[in-house]
Amino acid sequence: MIGKYVVRFAALGYLAALLAAPLGYVFWRTFRHGLGPAWAAVTTPDAVHALKVTLILTAIAVPANTIFGILAALSIVRYRFPGAGLFNAVVDLPLALSPVVVGLALLILYGRGGWLGGHGVVFALPGMVLATIFVSLPFVVREVVPVLREIGTEQEQAAATLGASTIQTFTRVTWPAIRWATAYGVVLTTARALGEFGAVSVVSGRLAGKTESLTLYVQDRYQSFDEVGAYASAVVLALIAVTTLILMTTLKPKEETR
Amino acid sequence: MAARAAALPSPRARRSPAPGLAVGLSTLYLSVIVLLPLAALSWHAHGWEAIASAQAVSSLKLTLGVSMVVALVNAVAGTVIAWTLVRDRFVGQGFVNALVDLPFALPTIVAGLTLLALYGPKSPTGVNIAFTRWAILVALLFVTLPFVVRTVQPVLLELDTEMEDAAASLGAGRLATFRRVILPNILPAILSGVALAFARAVGEFGSVVLISGNLPFKTEVVSVYVFGRIESGDAGGAAAASVVILAISFAVLLAIGGCRRWVTRHDR
Repeated sequence: MIGKYVVRFAALGYLAALLAAPLGYVFWRTFRHGLGPAWAAVTTPDAVHALKVTLILTAIAVPANTIFGILAALSIVRYRFPGAGLFNAVVDLPLALSPVVVGLALLILYGRGGWLGGHGVVFALPGMVLATIFVSLPFVVREVVPVLREIGTEQEQAAATLGASTIQTFTRVTWPAIRWATAYGVVLTTARALGEFGAVSVVSGRLAGKTESLTLYVQDRYQSFDEVGAYASAVVLALIAVTTLILMTTLKPKEETR
Repeated sequence: MAARAAALPSPRARRSPAPGLAVGLSTLYLSVIVLLPLAALSWHAHGWEAIASAQAVSSLKLTLGVSMVVALVNAVAGTVIAWTLVRDRFVGQGFVNALVDLPFALPTIVAGLTLLALYGPKSPTGVNIAFTRWAILVALLFVTLPFVVRTVQPVLLELDTEMEDAAASLGAGRLATFRRVILPNILPAILSGVALAFARAVGEFGSVVLISGNLPFKTEVVSVYVFGRIESGDAGGAAAASVVILAISFAVLLAIGGCRRWVTRHDR
């Protein structure tokens, strides 16, 4: 029975040293002089603007990828088409690809001398939006696909036999089955969109007060030796992450936690 | 595949054009968002001699080496954590289970900053690993932590304890039971999680950029190298190195696909 405790404390010790301790320490360090300095640091015009940019990026990327995610999941599960295997692999690609490579690809395509260059996409908000959409693309698809597989087509076929149109079948039969999976995918997409750093860093040009998202602002503050500003804005992002975590735990299919 | 589709027409596919519309729209979206930029990247990759430069080779070697170590550590640590979450009972287990997802939710730059605070030059613990290869290892272990846990956990949950009881009743010790009964069952899940963690580690940027110090030939990973090439205006060389990373990512994804098919080979 000793073995059981060894395994437990090995697992918990690893998690504590790697995750809990560093995060707890950053919170303590940010608030050790009270709320005042931290609040002042995150309400400077540049910080507020950075938060706004981050929210705009997320507000565009999440709905776009949610609609795409449902359509793509339906395509993968319910329809046989040539190139389905490739389609599947390309959907997964943003999960495995370095964000710096994503940023560079957009820079080359839309930058000076690129195939679609010269429309003010790079070093501006549209490029940052495209980068955010790219990196947060797979999550809704990946969550909805297994559920669609699981429920099968019998109910949809029954609805169709009873005279339901395609749209009626979707809203009355398919959507109620996949909505929690979609919601979980949306939470993951949001977390990824809010936290994107590498791709946005390459395409944005990092102009403070213009094209700086909150993650870029954290780096900017740290490199300008403004530790209070860096830690305070990191804590803002961490608080959003913790909120996301709570939503994830609430929405996650129950069988994963016994 | 086309022949099978013709032999088994689904009633929905015959009845309405809507599925075709879904395929068309999502393919278009995927092409514009993902494929077009990557095509442009591959097209404009030139200066292949840049990849052969000592600095590029050294950063690629370092990245692959550290990612390999990260994959191995995750194989063990991820399995142990998944085991603790499924088979153990203790107060606060739900909290620990939620905590495992933290690296998925936390922005990578924040992850790097938090590690730097506790294990950097101003550390209250006296442990300073900043600007060393250890720092890269720790940062990558942080961001890849959930992969193996989250692929092994559901398999472990599904696994019937009857087989283990049978093994135990036949006189197998705890280690023998784990090695001969449990491990073969969870191995495909471990491998698929490890591959995901490896792919993620190879491309990681945000968590490494602050803590590694980015010293060429010492602590510069390949993402940071590419970023440096972009900053110094050598987009062609950066693109060439990117194509190498792209090829590695795609190869790993294909390997995971093969792993998944291996796992579900009895289901079909």
